[in-house]
Amino acid sequence: MNLKKTFLPLVNPLSKDNPVIVQVLGICSALAVTAKMEPALVMTISVTAVLAIANVLISLLRNTIPSSIRIIVQLVVVAALVVVVDQVLKAWNYEISKALSVFIGLIITNCIIMGRLEAFALNNRPWPAFLDGIGNGLGYGIILIIVSFFRELFGSGTLFGCQIFPDWWYEAGYQNNGMMILPPMALIVVACIIWAHRSINKDLQE
Amino acid sequence: MNKQSNTYTIIYAVVLVLIVGVVLSVVYQALRPQQEENIANDKKRQILAAALITPSEGETISELYEQHIKASFIVNSKGERIDDGIDPFSVKVDQEVKKPADDRLLPVYECSTDAGTKYIVPVYGAGLWGPIWGYIALDSNGETIYGAYFAHQGETPGLGAEIEKPAFSTQFEGKDIFNASGDFQSVKVVKNGQEPSEGAYVHAISGGTITSQGVQKMLQNSLEPYTAYFKSLENKEKTN
Repeated sequence: MNLKKTFLPLVNPLSKDNPVIVQVLGICSALAVTAKMEPALVMTISVTAVLAIANVLISLLRNTIPSSIRIIVQLVVVAALVVVVDQVLKAWNYEISKALSVFIGLIITNCIIMGRLEAFALNNRPWPAFLDGIGNGLGYGIILIIVSFFRELFGSGTLFGCQIFPDWWYEAGYQNNGMMILPPMALIVVACIIWAHRSINKDLQE
Repeated sequence: MNKQSNTYTIIYAVVLVLIVGVVLSVVYQALRPQQEENIANDKKRQILAAALITPSEGETISELYEQHIKASFIVNSKGERIDDGIDPFSVKVDQEVKKPADDRLLPVYECSTDAGTKYIVPVYGAGLWGPIWGYIALDSNGETIYGAYFAHQGETPGLGAEIEKPAFSTQFEGKDIFNASGDFQSVKVVKNGQEPSEGAYVHAISGGTITSQGVQKMLQNSLEPYTAYFKSLENKEKTN
């Protein structure tokens, strides 16, 4: 097995097989956490961690799982991991856990996680499954970061909470666009990213 | 063994759930003391924030709290102190605000700051998506707001969530919660152009209408039972 093939599960989801803009999964949380960059970043890290660990666990268990309850088994593993992440954050980084209270729970319902467990981890060995988890988590994260960059910059005039536009802009009549903060703008930004992505990757056009 | 058989499936499910259950309870037990300390520290931080005290580098919250909060006690709606061994810090404000005003346990934190003694009281109410709460620090005249701190569980980021920003909470500083004739009158949260002709008001968050209304209701509901106590503070100051 050559090197390129080994790392295919890691690299592919970053662009050609991106979970958000190509598979169009995880859109709901992309709306919820992208009004500001900080929650988007922590969400990226949490989803990547949960997805990588869940992929490895399911991959290790793949030969023992009865097919009739495989979805339930995946759900139990993911839910348990998310609760652990939530508890660890509460104990070790209370500030972040407060900022993300509702979003952490949302990881369970993220379709990317169940999708990757079902489509990849159940049929592959732990190491490729681990890479696939990292790759898809980051592929999801890239889109989150791009969307939250535009939404926070134009919606609040800040990035990671630091003011970007100088005060005299506002005095000269510039106003933050309140529309950017509302969920519909997340969809529009995602659609623009998909548009740009498809124009570059002609083979993805249908 | 046949992996598709019912017996295997049931045993598999039971074993899996048992393992996960044990793991989760171990994690929960192991992390709980740390979590409880974090929660208590966070509450202390919020109480101090209402009195405009924020830790600078190298200061821990619990030290600051020890240093500034000289006393804490519980009063009732008649303004009398209740001394039956309940720790004011452990009073669950979210439960208390649901009771009729006369049955409530009303915690008060006495805080000594560079600007004199301040009285901090908790407030609790509902925003758009979930609970909102905060602490209000009053001057020793029991009438003027010295500082306010607000927090929320899950208000919309950039809209309702802005109530936790200083830009919103500093508006409350210097507002009076009694009108000219000495009756309790909560601070109103109003939109631009809808300022009331009398009484203290602050400006609402644009785009966060429901949360802003929630703040107004929260202040009304949580502060009113303290009226008698605040009056007694006022009288005490006059006699001094």
